[in-house]
Amino acid sequence: MKAYDIVIIGGGPAGLAAAASARKNGVTSILILERDKELGGILNQCIHNGFGLHTFKEELTGPEYAARFIEQVKELGIEYQLNTMVMDISHEKVVTAMNREEGMFTVKAKAVILAMGCRERSRGALNIPGYRPAGIYSAGTAQRLVNREGFLPGRQVVILGSGDIGLIMARRMTFEGAKVKVVAELMPYSGGLKRNIVQCLDDYGIPLKLSHTVVEIRGKERLTGITIAQVDGRGKPIPGTEEDYDCDTLLLSVGLIPENELSRGAGVAISPVTSGPVVNESLETNIEGVFACGNVLHVHDLVDFVSEEAGAAGKNAASYVLGQRREVSGREIQMNPTEGVRYTVPSSIRPDQMEDKLTVRFRVGGVYKNCYISVYFNDERVMRRKRPVVAPGEMEEIKLEKAKLLEYPDLKTITIKIEEA
Amino acid sequence: MEKRELICIGCPLGCPVTVSMEAGEVVKVEGNTCKRGDDYARKEVTNPTRIVTSTVMVEGGMDVTVSVKTRSDVPKGKIFDCVKSLKGIVVEAPVKIGDVIVENAAGTGVDIIATANVAAR
Repeated sequence: MKAYDIVIIGGGPAGLAAAASARKNGVTSILILERDKELGGILNQCIHNGFGLHTFKEELTGPEYAARFIEQVKELGIEYQLNTMVMDISHEKVVTAMNREEGMFTVKAKAVILAMGCRERSRGALNIPGYRPAGIYSAGTAQRLVNREGFLPGRQVVILGSGDIGLIMARRMTFEGAKVKVVAELMPYSGGLKRNIVQCLDDYGIPLKLSHTVVEIRGKERLTGITIAQVDGRGKPIPGTEEDYDCDTLLLSVGLIPENELSRGAGVAISPVTSGPVVNESLETNIEGVFACGNVLHVHDLVDFVSEEAGAAGKNAASYVLGQRREVSGREIQMNPTEGVRYTVPSSIRPDQMEDKLTVRFRVGGVYKNCYISVYFNDERVMRRKRPVVAPGEMEEIKLEKAKLLEYPDLKTITIKIEEA
Repeated sequence: MEKRELICIGCPLGCPVTVSMEAGEVVKVEGNTCKRGDDYARKEVTNPTRIVTSTVMVEGGMDVTVSVKTRSDVPKGKIFDCVKSLKGIVVEAPVKIGDVIVENAAGTGVDIIATANVAAR
C-alpha cells in the first residue's frame, strides 16, 4: 500500500490551499486526490470576477484565482491524481480510491484533510408540486452548461432562490440572449451578497420577489411555465397572490450542502446545523489527524476565506504529522453560539493548541440591524462589536487571542450572541 | 432636478441612497450612513463601470470553451456591446491566461483577454 504523510481529498480551492500550506510548513509527502479532470474545482466554472479581493488585493475571475493556487501546487512539486474518485476513508486513515488506470487502490495517510466541497440542494429537497419536465436545473448545472460546455439551457428563464450562483446565472444567461423574467426568494431577505443583487439583477432590470415561491410547474415533456405566489411568515403560499410566468427553464439556487458521505463513513461527527464536521481550533475532527476545511466544513460566501481556512488546516495537519504539537493539558473550552448566532467554526478550543490569534467564523439566523456581536467568557462579556447590520447571507467572524484566553484559567464556555444596541 | 435611487453595495447594510443631480452634477447624496455610500453613489451616477466576463468557443483544445474578461472595467452602457463583440469568435488552442481575444472591444479601448488556460488536444 502506498503511504503519504498527508492525503487531501479534493483539489478545489480548499484542497489546493491546504496542500500548499502543508508543504510550506515542512511536509513533503502529500497527495491530492481529485475526481475531476483538472484541479481548481468549481472555480473553473465561476467565470465572473470578484474573487481574490482579500487574498491578492485584486479582483480575479474564478479560473484565474484557481490558476494561482494550481501554479503554486505545481511549483511546490505536490503530487496529485486527477480523474480519481475516493470511495472510502477508514477510521485508521486508509483511503480507498479508484481511477481508470489503477482501478481500485488504497493509500495510507498519517493525516487526512477533508476538502470535498459542497453540492447544490436539488428539486427533490423542495417538494415543488407538479410534473417533472425537462428544463429544470440547479443554477450550478446551468453554469457548467453555459460556461464550460457552451450550451444555453433555455431562453425564457425563472430562477427560484436568490443564492449567489442563481444571481450570477441571471446575468450570465442575459448576456447569452436569454430573458430572465423573475427571481423568487422564499425568505424575506436574499441569501446572496448585496453586490450580486445590484450587479446581476438591478443592472439588468430583473425583478427580485422576496417572500415568494414556486407553487406550480407546468409542462409534461418540456417546462412551459410556472406559477409563483407570495408566502406568509411560515412559508405558506397566500391564496390570491399567484402570478403565472411562461418559461422554458427554471433554475434552482436554493442552498448548498457540504458533501460529507466520506466523512460520515470514516466516523467523523457531523454538525446538524452546518452539515459539516464538528471541529476544534485546529480544524481537526473527532478523529485525530483528520482535518476539514472549505465548503465541506461549512458553506462560505467568499473563496478568499476558504483559502485562509484551508491554509490553517494544512498548517495544523503539518504540525500533527511532524510531531510538533504542543503539550496537551487536556483543557478544552466549548463554543456556545446562541441568541441569533447559529453555529461557530470551530466548536471547541484547546488553548494549548491554539495559535496566538484564532479566527472564529459563524453565521447569524436572521437579519439584525444596529446590533452588537458580543463575546462572553463564561458569564463575563469580554468583547462587543457594533454592527449596523448582520444577515444570514454574509458570514461573520471574530478573532480570539490566546493571551486573553489564558487570563481566564476557569474558562469553560465562550458564548457568542447578537445583542440589541 | 433629477433624482436617482440606488442601493449601496459597500456593505451588507445595503443603504437605499438617493442622489440628486442637476445638469449632470451631483448636488446631494442622501440615505447613506457612511462615507463609502457617498463615494459609491457619486461614481455610480456619474461614471458607472463594470468588468464584463463571458466565454468564447475553442477549437482543438482540452476544453470546448475558454472564459474571458475585459482587462479593466468598461462603462456600464457598453456591457452588451462588449458581449456582442464576442459573438461567433472561435479561438485555437492552446490558450493562455492573458491572451488577447478581442482588441479594443466595442471601441472602449479595453481588450478582452482569456482568463483560463486551455491546452491543445
